[in-house]
Amino acid sequence: MARSQDRRPGNSRRAQYGIFTGYVFALLGVVAGVVVLAVSLIDPDAFAFARSSAAEVARPMGQAGAKGRATSQGVFGAIGAYFNAGQQNAALRQEVDAARANAVSMQSLQDENRRLKALLGIVDPARKPVATVHLIGSTASSTRRFAVIDAGGNQGVRPGFPVRAASGLIGRVIEVGPDTARVLLVTDPENVVPVRRARDGLAAFVQGASNGRIDIRLINMGVNPVKKGDVFVTSGSGGLYPPGIPVAVATDPHRDGAIGHLAADPANNEFVIVEQSYQAQAAAQLQQIAKDGAGAAAETP
Amino acid sequence: MNRSRIGSGEDVVRKRINREPLPLLALGLPWVSIIMGSMASFSPLIASAPILPPIAYMMLLGWRMMRPGMLPVWAGLPLGFVDDLYSGQPFGSGILLWSISMLAMEVIDERYLWRGFAQDWIAGSVLITAYLVLCAVLAGFATGFPLPFVIVPQVVMSIMLFPVIAGSIALLDRVRLLPLKRL
Repeated sequence: MARSQDRRPGNSRRAQYGIFTGYVFALLGVVAGVVVLAVSLIDPDAFAFARSSAAEVARPMGQAGAKGRATSQGVFGAIGAYFNAGQQNAALRQEVDAARANAVSMQSLQDENRRLKALLGIVDPARKPVATVHLIGSTASSTRRFAVIDAGGNQGVRPGFPVRAASGLIGRVIEVGPDTARVLLVTDPENVVPVRRARDGLAAFVQGASNGRIDIRLINMGVNPVKKGDVFVTSGSGGLYPPGIPVAVATDPHRDGAIGHLAADPANNEFVIVEQSYQAQAAAQLQQIAKDGAGAAAETP
Repeated sequence: MNRSRIGSGEDVVRKRINREPLPLLALGLPWVSIIMGSMASFSPLIASAPILPPIAYMMLLGWRMMRPGMLPVWAGLPLGFVDDLYSGQPFGSGILLWSISMLAMEVIDERYLWRGFAQDWIAGSVLITAYLVLCAVLAGFATGFPLPFVIVPQVVMSIMLFPVIAGSIALLDRVRLLPLKRL
């Protein structure tokens, strides 16, 4: 390929200046990039308005895509299942055993819970979801793991609200536009979730590894008691995530924790639920109790 | 519309005396296609790992190699800005890296005057690898938790897919120069 004609403008002053101005603008681009990058590293929310308006523009496209996702993934899933049927069979058998054991402990826990609640006279306040939404986009080519949902400020979504699917935690809302919101997925390394082992309450936290797996790290170091197949649920500490949402299943224990896979893969869930942040829920619950308590106190004498 | 502004593409279409490519299509399609590539993250795939190759960036390289001089040297500034809106990277990384890439392509053009597709592929592979590594480094700055090995499958896949992208750019170039305007 020969050098292009435009690079050799000859004696035309105008063309020479044109090329020169192009280089000046290109260098300005580099400088602008450095400045903007520095600003956004210092204050990650600085350009949230631009991102959310861009997401609004792409919203119809994402919604159309979300409709097609269930079908396309069914096809890929079927092909994939064919190739690792044997392995999957063994894995499923193991999982059924584990699930059976879990079901028994779950039953006893539920019984205990019911008895304790009856004892205390607490009415479980219905945890009403803020919105039921589609995941309409994700940052599929970046190391950061964000997703976009098709509900925003107009639907009552606020930053900090947890997002979950039926089978587990998806992430939390970090930026809100009028009709879209950006979700920090559990697999992002910035997202640290306090968890406990479902069986016995062993405290740990999980951090995303950006590769679809997450890292489970124990808070108390020492002998690592985590076994393959242990389920970790949110502990509710920190006040962001409500307690009891499944987050991860340990698959590969190592010295001070385990590598786990997600309880709810965002790719498999067509609909996800945005809930109120746990702190807000807890505050509302406390207010309710205070009101009830005042009423009860007024009645008793 | 003179020849120099729309590139020297008359060889690919049938010559007819009273026909000419639409100026809007001929000049706008590269920009629009790269922006669509940036918006590809709104695809039906919700990924929990970086698996999609950087389509928009590869299309930028593809257009730049297909028709040198058609995209101006400063094209990295606006196109990188649009990519930042959708990529999820810390804002500004696209503006910076895309501008640098356009300048790097100028240097490559100066150094290697005569080259074929294999050389273009090598140059593209080097640029894509550097781009993905730097993106991961910048994202690592943002999270404070660098993960250098996550991008390896993505790099390999992007390099393998480069000829496919280059082929689709060639196809788009034919569409760009369809003689739709009657003189």
